[in-house]
Amino acid sequence: MSSIPAGSHADTHGGHSEMTVGSFISTYVFSRDHKIIGIQFLFSTLLWFLVGGLLALGIRWQLAYPWSDMPFIGKILFSQEGGQISPEYYTVLFTMHATVMIFFVIIPILAGAFGNFLIPLMIGADDMAFPTLNMLSYWFMWPAFICIGMSFFSPGGGAASGWTSYPPLSAVVAASPGSGQAQTLWLLGVTFVGVSSMMGSVNYMTTIIQMRAPGMTMFRLPLTIWSMFITAILQAFALPILTAAGVMQLMDRMIGTGFFLPEGLVVNNSVAASGGGQPLLWQHLFWFYSHPAVYIMILPAMGMVSDIISCFARKPIFGYKPMVYSISAIAGLGFIVWGHHMFLSGMHPILGMTFMVATMMIALPSAVKVFNWLGTIWGGHVQFTTPMLFAISFVSMFIIGGLSGIFMAATPVDIFIHDTYFIVAHFHYVLFAGTAMAVFGAIYFWYPKMFGRMMNEPLGKLHFFLTFIFLNGTFFTMHVLGAVGFPRRLADPYHYETFRHLLPMNRFMTWCAIAMVLSQVIFAFNFIYSMFFGKAVGRNPWNANGLEWMAPSPPGHGNFDFQPVVYRGPYEYGSPETDKDYYPQTEPPPEEPAKPAVT
Amino acid sequence: MGRFWSLLFLLVPILGVGVFACAIMTNSAPLYDHWFPEDISAHGYVIDNLFNSIMYLTGFIFIGTGIALFWFLWKYDAAKDPGPVKFSHGNHTLEVVWSILPAATLLFIAIYQMNAWADVKLMRPMDDQGQPVRPIAEVMGRQFEWRIRYAGPDEVLGTPDDLFTVNDLHLPVGEEVVLQINSMDVLHSFFLPNLRIKQDLVPGMRQFVWFKPLKSGQYDIICAELCGWGHYKMKGLVTIEPQENFDRWYAQTEAEQLKDAFAVSDEEE
Repeated sequence: MSSIPAGSHADTHGGHSEMTVGSFISTYVFSRDHKIIGIQFLFSTLLWFLVGGLLALGIRWQLAYPWSDMPFIGKILFSQEGGQISPEYYTVLFTMHATVMIFFVIIPILAGAFGNFLIPLMIGADDMAFPTLNMLSYWFMWPAFICIGMSFFSPGGGAASGWTSYPPLSAVVAASPGSGQAQTLWLLGVTFVGVSSMMGSVNYMTTIIQMRAPGMTMFRLPLTIWSMFITAILQAFALPILTAAGVMQLMDRMIGTGFFLPEGLVVNNSVAASGGGQPLLWQHLFWFYSHPAVYIMILPAMGMVSDIISCFARKPIFGYKPMVYSISAIAGLGFIVWGHHMFLSGMHPILGMTFMVATMMIALPSAVKVFNWLGTIWGGHVQFTTPMLFAISFVSMFIIGGLSGIFMAATPVDIFIHDTYFIVAHFHYVLFAGTAMAVFGAIYFWYPKMFGRMMNEPLGKLHFFLTFIFLNGTFFTMHVLGAVGFPRRLADPYHYETFRHLLPMNRFMTWCAIAMVLSQVIFAFNFIYSMFFGKAVGRNPWNANGLEWMAPSPPGHGNFDFQPVVYRGPYEYGSPETDKDYYPQTEPPPEEPAKPAVT
Repeated sequence: MGRFWSLLFLLVPILGVGVFACAIMTNSAPLYDHWFPEDISAHGYVIDNLFNSIMYLTGFIFIGTGIALFWFLWKYDAAKDPGPVKFSHGNHTLEVVWSILPAATLLFIAIYQMNAWADVKLMRPMDDQGQPVRPIAEVMGRQFEWRIRYAGPDEVLGTPDDLFTVNDLHLPVGEEVVLQINSMDVLHSFFLPNLRIKQDLVPGMRQFVWFKPLKSGQYDIICAELCGWGHYKMKGLVTIEPQENFDRWYAQTEAEQLKDAFAVSDEEE
């Protein structure tokens, strides 16, 4: 276990003077400071992370002990069913688990929390280009929080047509107990998240293009910033489609249009008022956004992992430009692969073939990234700090998630494993074992910059160890279930003879999931405890190169107490040009007069 | 501690391969029957073989990258003084090699799938006269049951002499079977795990699935697309039986239905 390097600068309160200006409300609540907004996003999303995790435990409980009373809380939550989860509520559980995790945790924690906090600091700007818009991007999340929160208390107990909200189930009120007010609120909530994301992405693009410090050329940007930049472009181009589709579904529900409802529909003995539409249209529109959104949910994690791995391998990132190009390739191809969600939807099979080829090709830039991470670790001086462990586990787990994607991209194989636990395994490996682990790593890594104190390392390592073990216990086994054909979204899969013998394995997975959620208590404790009692550190506790580490910890209003000038890329660790094993971007080269490159 | 963490990451390929190996050897505890269910269709082996070939290929990459990751972590642990850092910004040749090799492999995998996909989803079977084989039955999804309709004596679907059953599909063994599928209300998905068939049912869209069952028995029909609160219980049974049994069942069900029909017409008189 390597020790934490001591800070290279002594002051911890350098830029604080301006923070006290203004009232508490304008400083910490309706703040226009990107750092406060980032931390607001972080706190909100971490709370929703807890909600989403508990919803997942509800799903796991039902799959391990179907129709049995939930201990302790079942009597309170499900009093009408005598403490059991009803099949209606089970559909709510998986719908809301996915909705919360995707729209309220992963997307806002990457773009909202880390994008906001890191972009100005890492490019040497004093704030975002549009601080007020930035503030609004956070506060537009609150109508979304309220809508989804109210959805839980609407008739039916919450939206219940899956996070994909496929019509007619979602569009016809009679189709399901959750398709009434709960679904309307769901659509409004998701639309507000879209508004928030759009404000954020406009801001990120402008800031990264316009506000880089002198000398910070595009190819000197850290990969975190490159990934945030490309993610913002993805958001800006894909989101309008989702917003439009959401409004169309709202109109189908509220004012009797028929975008997604075919003629002659009789749902649950009630005749739909309108017709002439096409249910598949929704799927195309939805996935035209939501497939790029899958990359919105992974690219920033890849960027942050690249920064962490390079820092703790004490070595330049291997193949910086190929990394940038592969992020761009993923983003570009990401727009032409949405149909792989629809191989069996009724879309023409010939279209399926073209989408298969595009989908196979998108595995290529992902593979290049993995090889480059391995190349970065090769020949380095690996320091096994907590952020590094999480970053390495991202690579290790992303390999699994990436490779399992190839199975489903193959259309004939997809016939069998589509909508089974194989796909559930795949996206949990990408989104939990991948993105969420990268986010944990990023929190441990940038926490000293956010709060001026270190998180506790032994506790962090314990948190890593337990999470890593139990996440694999929960999710790896899902591949095997998928190979049996175990379908997702069934309240009681044991209703079918084919799956009855899979109950013991599901019990094992459930206990792993419970242990995994309990392990997060260590993280929560560490996070809160360190904020007040963690070891206070200077500007650069990890001996890293990035501009953010040259600012005080935490940075004051305006970020830098000097004008940062950039002389080199962010990954010059172990450079022979200097005696130290790192070479900050702002440090002038020896013996040459300080002369910034032309931006 | 670097040693400990390196070994932890080595566990990933070891246990990953271990779990799959245990599951594939279907008769070994504790993962008894934890792999593909029995395949009784004529085309299923193609799908299973494609799955297996992708599994071996990706398994090879999984093991290779996993061991490389372990070895780099083990060897370049800063605490064990691994020598000077190899100060390198990358290697152009390597980048080209590890771009082109996976690209070629992935393209090969994609092209390799196309015939199987076309056979199952594009090339509807033809009869001796070169006409598409007529569907033997229609499967209509409805919350939360499978309504099945046979063509009746006139062999045309959608006429008054049609034969109706619910959740009970009978098919002759060894015949090329075509089914017409549709939905009355919301999306469903017609999933026959043992026949390696899955197709979403979309209201307002008539579609066809075809397959050739090779073995008699009773197998599950599963709904694989969320269709509402009762999605889990939308269960049907498909009975694959020899032609003479099928004909007997067909005649018997038809007689029962006609008996009911007479009762109705009596009332009307």
